[in-house]
Amino acid sequence: MTQAPAPARPGTLGLRVLPVLGGNSWRMVERNFLVYRHGWVVFLTGMLEPILYLLSIGIGVGNLVGDFRLGDGRAVSYVEFVAPAMLAASAMNGALFDSTYNIFFRMKYAKLYDAILATPLGPGDVARGEITWALLRGAVYSAVFIVVMVAMGLVQSWWMLLALPATLLIGFAFAGAGMALTTWMRSWQDFEFVQLAIMPMFLFSATFYPLSTYPDAVQEIVRWTPLYQGVVLCRGMALGSMGWEAVTAVAYLAAMGLVGVYVASRRLGTLLLK
Amino acid sequence: MRSHQTARNLPPVGGTGEAMVVAHGLRKSYGEFEAVKGVDVEVRKGEAFGFLGPNGAGKSSTMRMIAAVSPVTAGSLQILGMDPATAGSAIRARLGVCPQEDTLDNELSVFENLVVYGRYFGMSRAAATSQADELLAFVQLTEKAKSKVEDLSGGMKRRLTIARSLINTPDLLLLDEPTTGLDPQARHQLWDRLFRLKQQGVTLVLTTHYMDEAEQLCDRLVVMDKGVIVAQGSPAQLIAAHSTREVTELRFGVGDNDLVADKVSDLADRVEVLPDRVLLYTDDGEAAAVAVHERGLRPLSSLVRRATLEDVFLRLTGRTLVD
Repeated sequence: MTQAPAPARPGTLGLRVLPVLGGNSWRMVERNFLVYRHGWVVFLTGMLEPILYLLSIGIGVGNLVGDFRLGDGRAVSYVEFVAPAMLAASAMNGALFDSTYNIFFRMKYAKLYDAILATPLGPGDVARGEITWALLRGAVYSAVFIVVMVAMGLVQSWWMLLALPATLLIGFAFAGAGMALTTWMRSWQDFEFVQLAIMPMFLFSATFYPLSTYPDAVQEIVRWTPLYQGVVLCRGMALGSMGWEAVTAVAYLAAMGLVGVYVASRRLGTLLLK
Repeated sequence: MRSHQTARNLPPVGGTGEAMVVAHGLRKSYGEFEAVKGVDVEVRKGEAFGFLGPNGAGKSSTMRMIAAVSPVTAGSLQILGMDPATAGSAIRARLGVCPQEDTLDNELSVFENLVVYGRYFGMSRAAATSQADELLAFVQLTEKAKSKVEDLSGGMKRRLTIARSLINTPDLLLLDEPTTGLDPQARHQLWDRLFRLKQQGVTLVLTTHYMDEAEQLCDRLVVMDKGVIVAQGSPAQLIAAHSTREVTELRFGVGDNDLVADKVSDLADRVEVLPDRVLLYTDDGEAAAVAVHERGLRPLSSLVRRATLEDVFLRLTGRTLVD
């Protein structure tokens, strides 16, 4: 169904401040903001999780592992190596949580979108609004994590200034894909398949050790996982080893997110506007 | 105007204002299943219009198409003079919708439910807030403003849903079985609110399977069964056209009702035998009751009452259960 813009009153400030948000999706973001004002504890736990990982694995395990050499011959400590991967992984996890469980619940049980689609908002507004919210929340988490990295002296390059937009891109890719997949979920059990994909990706996407550890054939497979792309991007920025791989990663993640949002909008329309 | 031409074939129209809804040969299919099989209706500004019918008659499917959230399969549909296929968003901006199932936002408070909903319509925060205050007073929920939605009773949730559907000051209010599941007090309270809206000139379109509700609220209604319209008119017109003025109910005791039926069949326009009673449809119920006695028949009880829309409804859609 085509969505003509609502007869928006002049002066909807949100639209000017955030031109990324098409149409009326800003209003969904506002709704979610109100909800989270009540539930800020959830916000806090999401923020702490990656930091705890960093302390436990980076510093704890790092003490046993010692320094090792990058491809260009530079020596880095283990915690320097792992921190940017944690940053990428937490951007992924946050986006997925918001775009899968939360959206499934709102769609199937809370009937939230049924209520919203009775207003001038359309499925595209819902999809973009939910994903924007996931990104805004993720941005706060990432920003805090980046500050922790800087404070711990784990950043070696000015490229790191671009790390926040990079995590937003990772979030966009996974939120888009997650929301699109969620429209095919029939029950909570189906989410186990998502977990089944996420766990190995988290553990094996060159997060905890370099890609060169694998035999060539396995390297090729890992190279194509979206989290690996995100890790490449973040690690390149933190350690100042940016190259063509980073450009590929940006293109890969952007395409993944765009396709995801497109599919999610279409599917929401088919599911809810019967 | 196109609607002028088509209006001649349509049922008599109550209001004289502009056409709010014009449907012609409207159809809706879900895969193989045809829920609505060619419906013609026209609703004018200021009218209260009802869709009556048993479960599965196609009322809700029709309502969803009018609400511009369900694509039309075939036929034409104009809402507020616009085509829902191309102007869905602009149409919905001027509609109020009270769905059959409550779709309130459980993550927000009662008051926030109204304000946020107003924001979906593009209202300014100030406008949405003052409108929410007024509406909470209108549905008598002011003291519940800060409550969680899940703490409300069924009747309160329903009233909140009605309030929410009014947040954008709609031109056309759609109510899908607004009082199903409510206790009598809550129903009467809700009718009172709807009646006031009607007085204020809001056009109402509602579905119901409660006949008293239809008689209370509707100026004009259509009875739907199995996806088609089987009758239409005002409640009084429908009773006149499809029933007698009065009904005499005779109870002879289980098993005997059948045996009596033949002996009284000439005393009424129509006789219906139910397991527990015999119904005589006649314009003079008292006379029929007297005649029964004169024939030496002694029912355990007899009752003369005016015919209601329920008699029309059962006549038209049958007594068998549909589910």
